[in-house]
Amino acid sequence: MREVALIGSGVTEFGELWEKSLADLVAEAGITAIMDAGIDGTDIDALYIGGMSAGRFVGQEHLGSLAAEVAGLSDLHIPATRVEAACASGGLALHSGYLAVASGAYDVVVVGGAEKMTDVPGTEATNILASAANREWEAFFGATFPGLYALMARYHMHKHGTTSKQLAQVAVKNHHNGTLNPKAQYQRKISVEDVLNSTMVADPLHLLDCSPITDGAAAVVVASVETARQFTDQPVRIMASCHASDSISLSERSRFDALPAAVSAARCAYRQAGVEPTDIDFAEVHDCFTIAEIMAIEDLGFVDRGQGGPATEDGLTARDGDIPVNTSGGLKSKGHPVGATGIAQIHELMLQLRGQAGQRQVEKADIGLSHNVGGSGGTAVIHILEAI
Amino acid sequence: MATVGIAGYGAYVPKYRIKADEVARVWGKKGEAVSAGLMVYEKSVPAIDEDTATISVEAARRAVRSSGINPVDIGAVYVGSESHPYAVKPTATIVAEAIGATPDMTAADYEFACKAGTAAIQTCMALVKSGMITYGLAIGADVSQAAPGDALEYAASAGGAAFILGGDHLIAEINHTVSFTTDTPDFWRREGEPYPGHGERFTGEPAYFRHVVSATKKMLEAMDTRPGDYDYVVFHQPNGKFPLRAAKKLGFTKEQVQEGLLCPVIGNTYSGSTPLGLSAVLDVAQPGDRILATSYGSGAGSDSFDLTVTEGIADYPRNHLRRMLENKVYLDYALYMKHRGALK
Repeated sequence: MREVALIGSGVTEFGELWEKSLADLVAEAGITAIMDAGIDGTDIDALYIGGMSAGRFVGQEHLGSLAAEVAGLSDLHIPATRVEAACASGGLALHSGYLAVASGAYDVVVVGGAEKMTDVPGTEATNILASAANREWEAFFGATFPGLYALMARYHMHKHGTTSKQLAQVAVKNHHNGTLNPKAQYQRKISVEDVLNSTMVADPLHLLDCSPITDGAAAVVVASVETARQFTDQPVRIMASCHASDSISLSERSRFDALPAAVSAARCAYRQAGVEPTDIDFAEVHDCFTIAEIMAIEDLGFVDRGQGGPATEDGLTARDGDIPVNTSGGLKSKGHPVGATGIAQIHELMLQLRGQAGQRQVEKADIGLSHNVGGSGGTAVIHILEAI
Repeated sequence: MATVGIAGYGAYVPKYRIKADEVARVWGKKGEAVSAGLMVYEKSVPAIDEDTATISVEAARRAVRSSGINPVDIGAVYVGSESHPYAVKPTATIVAEAIGATPDMTAADYEFACKAGTAAIQTCMALVKSGMITYGLAIGADVSQAAPGDALEYAASAGGAAFILGGDHLIAEINHTVSFTTDTPDFWRREGEPYPGHGERFTGEPAYFRHVVSATKKMLEAMDTRPGDYDYVVFHQPNGKFPLRAAKKLGFTKEQVQEGLLCPVIGNTYSGSTPLGLSAVLDVAQPGDRILATSYGSGAGSDSFDLTVTEGIADYPRNHLRRMLENKVYLDYALYMKHRGALK
C-alpha cells in the first residue's frame, strides 16, 4: 500500500442556506478544495461523495454523477461514486478515496460530502434522520436520534455519575470555539444555564445538547505522498484510515456507555499510525449530542471510561486544554449537514495542521484525529493525520 | 397629483381571549418559555357566531359612523382576508349591504395571506386618485386558522380594521406607498385543506424580514427620509418579536414600534394585523405626526405606507382600540375549540 496525503480542502458556509441548492453546495466545496490543492480537472482520476439521504431531503439520488457534472468533469468520464453510511458518509467516502489511492488504482481523487437538510420541515428531517436507525425495530416504534442518545446518556449517568452540567459543558465549549469559526452555523457563546434551561427534547438531552439541522458541503483532495509535493508545499499525511461497523440497533449492542465500533476503529487507527492516544495533539469528534462527545473522548482513550464528564468540566478538551476537541465548534456549533460532517472534520484538521486555523489555531498541531459516527454507532470512521 | 388619504377608520377585535399558557398546558409545553420566545401572551378568539364577514361589518360601521361620511358616497368596498366565510361568494357585498353602500358601487374580495388588507387600501387609493370614486372602503380582517398543536396556534387570532380612503375630510394624508413582491412560498393553504402549512424557519429571514425590510427601505429612499423622521412605525405582527427585530434592522427604536404593537395581547390577526396596528396609532396620533406602516403577506410581499396626520384628527371621534381590548373574557382550551368550530 502506498502512503497517502491530503493536498487541499474546502468547506462552504454552514447554516440555513436558503439561496443554495445541493448542487450549488457540492460545486462550491469541490471548487474550493481543487483550487486549494492547485490541481486541474484533468488531474482528477476519480470522485467520491458522501451523502446520507439527498433522495429524501431534496429528491436527488445519483450524487456521483451530479458531482462530476457540477464540477464540469462529465466529459472526462471519470469514476464517480456516492458513499452512504448515515452521518458517517463523509468519513467513509474519504476512507474509500484513501483505499483507492493507497492501492495504486488512482493517483489523485477528490472526496466530498454534502447534505441539504432545510428544505423539509423539522418533523420530516427527524424522520429522515431516523432512517439511520433500525426502521423496523427502532424508528417504527417511535425512536428518534435524540431519544436513542438520551438512552445512552441516561445509562452513562447511571453507571459513571455523569451529570447534566457536564453534558452542557460540551455544548458551551463547542459554541465558544464556534465563535472563532466564520463558517459555523451558530457563532455565539452559550452558558451552562442556557443549556439547562433550554427546551427538553429527550430527557436528559435539552435542545442545546443537540446538534442542529444544517445545509453545507466540504471536500478534500487526496493524492499519493510521492506526488503530493508536485501540487502543494503543505501536504498532510493520512497516518491511519479505519472503518468499523456494529449493529444498527442500539438494543443489539454489547454495551450502552460506549460505541464499540468507535473503540474498534480507534484501536485499528492507533495501530496503523503507530501512535498512542497521548500522541494526538487535537481531535474533531462526532458531537451530534453532547453525550456523544463524552463517550467519544472515552472511546478514543483520551480519558478513562467514565471520566469524560469530569475531564470536560476540568477543561481538558478546551482549546487551551491538554487535548483540544472540536476547535471548529463541532457538530453542535459549526452545524451538522450529515453527509458533509466527516469531510468538514478533515478540513478542520488540515487547517490546524497547516497552521491556517486563524484565531482558533491550537499551539501544538502535529498530529490530529477525526472521529465520525453513523447512526447510534453502527458505523465509525477514524482518521489520523499528520503535517509533513 | 391629487391628495389621497384616510377619511375614516374603525377597528374591531372580538372580546374573547385564550392565554398562551392555556394552549401550552394542553400540548405539554412551558407557557412561559413559549410566550417569551414569541412575545405573545394571549390572543383574541372569535365568538361562536363571529367570522370575517361580521368582523368586517363591525369595523366598517365604526369607520362610517366616526367619519360621518354618507355610505352612498362609498364607490368601492374591498375586503382582504384569508378566511373569507365563502370560497365562492364575496364578503365585500355583505359589508357593503350592511353599511348601506349598495348598489351604485363596485366590490371584491382580496386574498394575499396577511397583506390583503393593505392591498385593498392601495386599490382604493388608486381609484380615488384617478377620480373613479369619491370614497373607497378597504378592510383587512381575519379569523385565522391554526392546526391544533402547530406553533401558529399560540398566535393565530381574530380581528380587523376598516379604512375609508378619499381625497377630502382627511385625518391622515398618505404621502406615498410602495410594494416589494416576490414568489416566496413560506406559508400556504390549498383548496379544501382546513389549516395552513408553513416553512417553519423559512418564514423568517427569506420571507418576513426580506420583504418587510426591503419595502421599508424602498420607502425611506423614495421619500428621502430616515427612521428618526417618523413618530410611529407599524410592521406586520406574526408574533411580538418579528416587528421589533425588523425595526432594529432598519434603525427604528422600540418606542416608535410600541404604540402599534398589538400582537403580544391579541395575537396575529393576519389580514387585520397591520391595519389594526395603524388604527391603534391613529387613536393617539396628533396633527403633524408622521407614520410609517409596512405590511407583510406570505407568498410573499410587503406594502409600505408613509402618512402624515392632519388637523382633521382633532375632531375625529376616536374609539380607542386599546381601551376596547381591556373588555375581555378568557376561554379555556375546550371552549376555545368550540368557538373555533372544532367541536360540532
